[in-house]
Amino acid sequence: MSSDKQIQSTQEARMGEGVDSRFNSKLREAFGSSPFILTKFDKFMNWVRGSSMFMLQFGIACCSIEMMHTYAVKHDLDRFGAGVPRASPRQADVIIVPGTIVSKFAPRMKRVYDQMPEPKFVVGMGSCTISGGPFHEGYNVIKGAEEVIPVDIHVPGCPPRPEALVYGVAKLQERIANGESSPVTVKPYELEQFGDLEGDELVRHLADQIDEEDLVMRYNWAESP
Amino acid sequence: MSLERPEPSTHDQVGVTERGLDYEAIDDLLGDLVIGRESHLNAEGFVVRPERVAEALDRLKQQAGFDHLSCVTAQEYDDRFESIYHLKKYADPTQEVSVVVPTSHDDPHSQSGNAVFRTADWHEREAYDLMGITYDDHPDLRRILLPETWQGHPMRKDYDKEQPQVVTFREHANPLQEDHRAGGGEGDTMFVNIGPHHPATHGVLHLKTVLDGETVADVEPDIGYLHRCEEQMCQQGTYRHQIMPYPDRWDYISAGILNEWAYARTAEDLADIEVPEYAQIIRTMSAEMCRIASHMLAVGTFALDVYGDFTAIFMYSTRDREIVQNLLEDLTGQRLMFNYLRLGGVAWDLPEPREEYFEKVRDFLDDLPAKLEEYHDLITGNEIFQLRCVNTGVLDPEMAKSYGTTGPVARGSGIDYDLRRDDPYGYYPELDWDVITEDGCDNYSRVLVRMKEVEESAKIIEQCVDLLEDWPEEEREIQANVPRTLKPDNDTEVYRAVEGAKGELGIYIRADGTDKPARFKIRSPCYSNLQALPEMSNGEYIPDMIASLGSLDIVLGEVDR
Ligand code: SF4
Repeated sequence: MSSDKQIQSTQEARMGEGVDSRFNSKLREAFGSSPFILTKFDKFMNWVRGSSMFMLQFGIACCSIEMMHTYAVKHDLDRFGAGVPRASPRQADVIIVPGTIVSKFAPRMKRVYDQMPEPKFVVGMGSCTISGGPFHEGYNVIKGAEEVIPVDIHVPGCPPRPEALVYGVAKLQERIANGESSPVTVKPYELEQFGDLEGDELVRHLADQIDEEDLVMRYNWAESP
Repeated sequence: MSLERPEPSTHDQVGVTERGLDYEAIDDLLGDLVIGRESHLNAEGFVVRPERVAEALDRLKQQAGFDHLSCVTAQEYDDRFESIYHLKKYADPTQEVSVVVPTSHDDPHSQSGNAVFRTADWHEREAYDLMGITYDDHPDLRRILLPETWQGHPMRKDYDKEQPQVVTFREHANPLQEDHRAGGGEGDTMFVNIGPHHPATHGVLHLKTVLDGETVADVEPDIGYLHRCEEQMCQQGTYRHQIMPYPDRWDYISAGILNEWAYARTAEDLADIEVPEYAQIIRTMSAEMCRIASHMLAVGTFALDVYGDFTAIFMYSTRDREIVQNLLEDLTGQRLMFNYLRLGGVAWDLPEPREEYFEKVRDFLDDLPAKLEEYHDLITGNEIFQLRCVNTGVLDPEMAKSYGTTGPVARGSGIDYDLRRDDPYGYYPELDWDVITEDGCDNYSRVLVRMKEVEESAKIIEQCVDLLEDWPEEEREIQANVPRTLKPDNDTEVYRAVEGAKGELGIYIRADGTDKPARFKIRSPCYSNLQALPEMSNGEYIPDMIASLGSLDIVLGEVDR
């Protein structure tokens, strides 16, 4: 064909006479003549972190059904750069806690949380992770996820609609991009070695059933909210 | 008509007469084991000697044909503890009898029924855990729902909710350490924890698995990671309004209305409430929508388990669930926790404009056959799937009965048992539909049953829509007249069940004359179904165990309650 001569490599086309107009954007214009951005590395990292989050595939109770719907078709959390559920906590940045936490599960949840690499973020989904929700008065129910692990974002509802969870995750991304996360403090319920517990009546009573080195969680129901 | 079941072969059993059960004959059969009689609303109760429970159960099973131990309820009175064994027949669940076992308050113990019904094992462990009754001759009486180191028995009246508790975290055994649990100390085995946080356990189930090479030498389900004190919550609530929200949260896979119906049916029997016909049709329709949603998820997650496929099948099933959930949301106002039934009816009428709603439902039903075809192509017609599922996880009918399995699990083992037909309620008897059974007894059959049941549910919904459409406007009565506070008579006891998404969902209520139940016991189908897992998996490959678990379709909210 006759126009053969005019075909140049893309690179040539770009290098030739200024920048290819297809690469122009508002942002590019704002930078003016220099195609460089000056930013703090931390800021850049936070932006990256917020834009690509790996979630932990973690189902507890009713809320996890709505969480599944959030991941799946229609709501598709992946549109927001946060939809790759990882089965292993070691590959995850964000844990959504979707459900009621009971006494037997709290130590396991703490362990899963501990296994996630830093920096890590927590979204509490549903009333149960706020206060125990409808099961607040249950003899076995932890009055909210915050008793055990730090929570960045609470999404209220029983269960929250998928839209609400999407909003919660978007808010979390905003916070991450701004470099905010909830402080890690000592929570009322911690995993400790049995030997380190104060030797009160209950501990003495259990002494022959539990090894000194066993990890335990001690619940003081009378003091929980 | 299709609802006609094959002639039940119960007529040569003790106590069966033309006019129903003859309890005198059963009394004679039990003879000197009986020390008293009680009347429950659903059946007569025989008070038997606490040290001869197994014998009584055995006679009832062998000679009177009561082959289904539906539930074991433990409860506390001021002066005694009591365990009630609710017995039924798989062939005809309207024939019921209760075996009441009283024991002293200071040292509560009675004989275990485990020798006769395998399902008694877990039910008695639960009774021990929550109520503190000891069962003699029980093979393995440990706590089941609460942590081993828990202090006290929380369903007792004198339990102190404020006392501190210490819970251990022990389950981090090293899989590579020496282990010889199987085969009497010989051979190398390996101990693996599956769960409580694991994608294939459908929630927070913990399976203690001992492997011998790639085969499962032993598996023990460890439950209780979602024990949310549902029974306690219901005992704190008033009949009229405060209990109804909780059933939604037992089987939370969108099966809410089915669960609500279990409570509605029991409480309506207890308080003698008639439900208007129009409301019954709405109930039937919405309940079947729930069943479709629930089975869709079961199929989707099962495919996820056996294919490890987070794409096509799972997404298809979520897509279809979204449609059902939208229909239910239009009707009830919520996507998951409907809280739609009321004692004596439903909360409100169909959404206006009605025509639009009917059209939406019809659209869904019209698209369904093509979609199901697609599922069948992807799942049941797939060769790989068949290789994985045919003849794995076999549960033969005898075992299935002994473990008290119900629902699609039992029907996949060829047991023709569906309470919608056999113990009729709602509007089911007037409609034309079939009970699906498959006699492969394997994972494949169980999945097939669910997929076919979706078709049957669609049939039911269609007929309900037809009826509702033509219902004269002035006769649309959605609720019966129910008093503001309900106070059923002191000491009335009732056990009633409905066909939930997973099987027989039963509730036992004892009233004490106040507006709250004195005892509220939930019989969860998943609890019994899960107990059969070792039976299906021991000796099979570990991936087949995961498939079996998926085919049981348990939901932990209902297992642990
Ligand atoms: S907040 Fe509600 S829906 Fe969520 S886990 Fe708790 S009870 Fe279930």
